[in-house]
Amino acid sequence: MNINLTFFGQMISFGILVWFTMKFIWPPLNAAIESRQKTIADGLAAAERARQELKDADSRVADEIRKAREEATQIVERANQQYNQIVDKAKADAVAEGARQKAIAQAEIDSLSHQAREVLRQQVAALAVSGAEKILKREIDQARHRDLLDALAKEI
Amino acid sequence: MATEAATGGLNEYITHHLTHHVISVGSGFNLDSWLVSLLLGLVFVIWFGLKARKATAGVPSKGQAFVEIIVEFVDGQVKDTFHGDRRSVTPLALTIFMWIVFMNAMDLLPLDLPGWLVHTTAGAETAHHTYWRLVPTADLNTTLGISVSVFFILLGHAISAKGGFGFGKELLTAPFHAHGPAAIALAPVNLFMNIVEWLVKPVSLAMRLFGNMYGGELVFMLIAGMLASSVTLVPGIIANAAWAIFHILIVLLQAFIFMILTVVYIAGAREGH
Repeated sequence: MNINLTFFGQMISFGILVWFTMKFIWPPLNAAIESRQKTIADGLAAAERARQELKDADSRVADEIRKAREEATQIVERANQQYNQIVDKAKADAVAEGARQKAIAQAEIDSLSHQAREVLRQQVAALAVSGAEKILKREIDQARHRDLLDALAKEI
Repeated sequence: MATEAATGGLNEYITHHLTHHVISVGSGFNLDSWLVSLLLGLVFVIWFGLKARKATAGVPSKGQAFVEIIVEFVDGQVKDTFHGDRRSVTPLALTIFMWIVFMNAMDLLPLDLPGWLVHTTAGAETAHHTYWRLVPTADLNTTLGISVSVFFILLGHAISAKGGFGFGKELLTAPFHAHGPAAIALAPVNLFMNIVEWLVKPVSLAMRLFGNMYGGELVFMLIAGMLASSVTLVPGIIANAAWAIFHILIVLLQAFIFMILTVVYIAGAREGH
């Protein structure tokens, strides 16, 4: 373990190794590491940005969907109103038409029953007259008792 | 070597394994420490260099991801400790960490592997004269070589942060502040304190790593001695496995301590008292 020339030999070896490392090993390796670190950092930042953008887009989409839903609801509501109006109008129309038809029918019935009653009355009057004629035969003078018979016919 | 262990006993076995392969250049040169550390350093720079060349900012391959994990781990430690321009500090910390981890990890290879390789490839005669210690960080030359280099780097940081004059002034006026003649009286004391403080750093760095790895290696050798007898073979194997598993922690921890203290010292050298 004597100190001899080896000491200087090792110093020279060491110096050469350090020089080589400083010149050819450290710079390219460090450059590669640092550039990769930068790439990774950029990538992470880009991912973060994309995530933010996605979140914004999501909220925009949700907004749009909400708006569309509201619009659809409004449209349905309007349609319902319109439908109700139409139905109501149709109902009213139908009622009015029915009433009209009824009135016409009623009028016809009225006039027909009037006519029938008129005919009936006359027939009854004639019958009564003929009946009375049969009962009274001679005693009633058609001409003399005309107004009496008429009044009777009217009363029936 | 097994053959010598049989003849020379545990003492000679350990002595043999603690002998460097010294070639006689100047004051001697530990070929084993230098060559193993250089090869490991090359493994590190070639591996990381290739990954760095093909580094892509896109999806990384598994190999690149692994390298990046280490780099980012070291850079994170540096970032926590040192607040300034990290372009030179992190490569320094990375080199220290990886190189020392690799060198420490040699402790986990079998002790007799180099001897056996020499024995089988070059024959017993060569093996008898070849010593080969596998762990460069268990050689004080290596740890001191790194820590003294770190010491000069620290000096450079201190001077570049405070200027030559500011640094010199700090050596004379800190830690004891005074005004007038008292300041002059305190200057030598301050200078002495600072010199001690500065010298302690490389020495403690080198000694801590060297002590841990040398001790670890020595324990492996003692356990290997247990394996020589059939009586202690089974406990020896268990002890060897236990120590090796524990040593994985030491390998990483010592490299980490060396790295983080270097960064702490640099941060300290750049800021004033």
